[in-house]
Amino acid sequence: MTNPTLLVQGATLADGTQADILVKGTQVIEVGMGLSAAGAQKIDAQGLIALPGLVDLHTHLREPGFEQSETVLTGTQAAALGGFTSVFAMANTQPIADTAGVVEQVLRLGDEAGYATVRPIGAVTKGLEGTQLAELGAMAHSRAQVRVFSDDGKCVSDPLIMRRALEYVKTFGGVIAQHAQEPRLTIDAQMNEGEVSARLGLAGWPAVAEESIIARDVLLAEHVGSRLHICHLSTAGSVDVIRWAKKRGINVTAEVTPHHLLLTDERAESFDARFKVNPPLRRSEDVHALREALADGTIDIVATDHAPHPVETKECEWGAAAFGMVGLESALAVVQTTMVETGMMNWADVARVLSEAPARIGGLTSHGHKIAAGIQAELVLVDPTAQRTFGVEDLASLSHNSPYLGIDLMGQVVATIHQGYLTADNRTVIDAEIVAARAVEVLRG
Amino acid sequence: MKHLLSTRDLSREDAIQLLDIAEDMAAVNEREVKKLPALRGKTIVNLFFEDSTRTRISFEAAEKRLSADVINFAAKGSSVSKGESLKDTTQTLAAMGIDAVVIRHGASGAPQVLAHSGWIDAPVINAGDGTHEHPTQALLDAFTMRRRLHGAGSRGKGLDGVSVTIVGDILHSRVARSNIWLLQTLGAHVQLVSSPTLLPSAVDTWPVTVSYDLDEALASTAPDVVMMLRIQQERMKDAFFPNEREYSNLWGLTAERFLSLPEKTMVMHPGPMNRGLEISSLAADSPQSTVLDQVANGVSVRMAALYMVLTGEREVSHD
Repeated sequence: MTNPTLLVQGATLADGTQADILVKGTQVIEVGMGLSAAGAQKIDAQGLIALPGLVDLHTHLREPGFEQSETVLTGTQAAALGGFTSVFAMANTQPIADTAGVVEQVLRLGDEAGYATVRPIGAVTKGLEGTQLAELGAMAHSRAQVRVFSDDGKCVSDPLIMRRALEYVKTFGGVIAQHAQEPRLTIDAQMNEGEVSARLGLAGWPAVAEESIIARDVLLAEHVGSRLHICHLSTAGSVDVIRWAKKRGINVTAEVTPHHLLLTDERAESFDARFKVNPPLRRSEDVHALREALADGTIDIVATDHAPHPVETKECEWGAAAFGMVGLESALAVVQTTMVETGMMNWADVARVLSEAPARIGGLTSHGHKIAAGIQAELVLVDPTAQRTFGVEDLASLSHNSPYLGIDLMGQVVATIHQGYLTADNRTVIDAEIVAARAVEVLRG
Repeated sequence: MKHLLSTRDLSREDAIQLLDIAEDMAAVNEREVKKLPALRGKTIVNLFFEDSTRTRISFEAAEKRLSADVINFAAKGSSVSKGESLKDTTQTLAAMGIDAVVIRHGASGAPQVLAHSGWIDAPVINAGDGTHEHPTQALLDAFTMRRRLHGAGSRGKGLDGVSVTIVGDILHSRVARSNIWLLQTLGAHVQLVSSPTLLPSAVDTWPVTVSYDLDEALASTAPDVVMMLRIQQERMKDAFFPNEREYSNLWGLTAERFLSLPEKTMVMHPGPMNRGLEISSLAADSPQSTVLDQVANGVSVRMAALYMVLTGEREVSHD
């Protein structure tokens, strides 16, 4: 038994043209008008936008170790519902992904679940402790073929360790993804340092703690001729530093999260810990600078920083609450709401920042290609006219710590196709048994 | 007024009403039998997640003088130290049937979370949360200022045109925050004096003037009120200031500075005082000092706050 042939009819491509898309096996075999195929499962895509499957360079899948928050299965189900066909899984699991064994385990769990291509990210330093390099080469040469390394959640703050890591990963074309946070400037920090933190009496996380690390690291990357990626850029000043570095020819890329494109630190006024995140929500001036930087290419990609947490770590006083918010299911709608509806980006730009560029940065050659005959069938169909008040029913993650609950968003993923089979359809996730069986078929060839 | 969480959302009308009710309560406190039956049959829990003997006994006295039943819950040695959450602790108490919660918590915003959580239906009074607010302290300070300025004619008055200089660790002070908002609402002019390290970076967004020079600030404004804040000595470790002597020289109300003040100037301190550090004994023990008045007035103001949130009434009905 092979997986069914799919015929997507009447989709609008990112460039605005209309086309049918024929998917057979794991490939897109034809794109054009009036296609037909005997026995194919037809998908009516009239009024829907077809984009290459989304790629998230920054996801926390929590497995192994924190399965009460999320598992590789539930996290990739959330990905499928959000239109993602590949996620890069951060290293802060338990045990930490600092050895070949752990990254191969995460890879295997992703392959078995079948919802998305899971690419493990390796820790830069052993135990995320910032003092000794993790087994970068062993992870790179494992079956997981790790190319992105990050201590995310913690900053590689020691400049010497950062320099060595940047140099070392040149061996196998890797990249260091830095969580830019000067630790001494952010002791006990709870939210953006500014007018709101002053009033609420919450310890401030100043913009300079991010900007000073980014400035240091772009100079280090220039000095050693290495590739650097900056995670979740959150301030206008960081945008200025990246803009300067790119102009100077430094090999740096940068990401912004959906929540930093939409939400501001005023949300903390409620002391509702769903809005507690690291780096924190910033001022509206920062939000506007980030949107402009994403539109003009200074910021390369949108990445979710999907960070599931169980309810008891959010239903408490702000100071005791965990940092982070889930984001896979809502990312595309937030990008449409903030960037497309405002006229700052078109759908080709969306495909660039949510699929093509993150696949290139992560070294993921199978994903992030413009829809055409011969590419691997990684696709998402989006209803751009859907208006929703985002709710718990829109989440597939095991955790419900979404900041968007009760917020109006434009656009919704209707169907997601990974390796030629559906992982989400009719705005819902396909059953796990069906998807796992489809993935087995792909492995059999 | 369902809850008393902060002074920032307190209207001028409500604030003056509360201070006027506190005048009635002060009259009760001057009687031989210091007791009203107003809250008979009501159970109030003092939920203290942070040590504070002074504030706790002040609330307890206020509750007892209103004839309420009082439960004291100190987090130290309770189930909280074994890791029970705010939610579970509160729901446990709610299940026992309580009519109001007075909460002191080390985390900013904890009273607000409690009030809006749905875990408990009772009114919540903030007895100090983290570095956020301490509304009953600001109300008792305002009450003290009003009484010193207007005596028996205090009722119905605000603090219009009164100049107040607050000195010390503003950054970490819930007392300062609550005072700033309330004093602004009541029409006073507030000046902050401190080291730049002990002011929030966004202090320019507050309705205050700021100075780093205490001598210059006192000389130029001749304030009606100087409020000294307690300085935590452990701040030295985090490089907020070099040492006690330098802090005292630059921002302490030394005997010399105190003697330079006009006689009308009230000297306030929320206690407990570090004598010789932020305040000299000469200032603390002078007739201009209101330190003990503040303690006495604290009971009256807390009686008024409890009375307002629990009875919903705006005037005291005399028995």
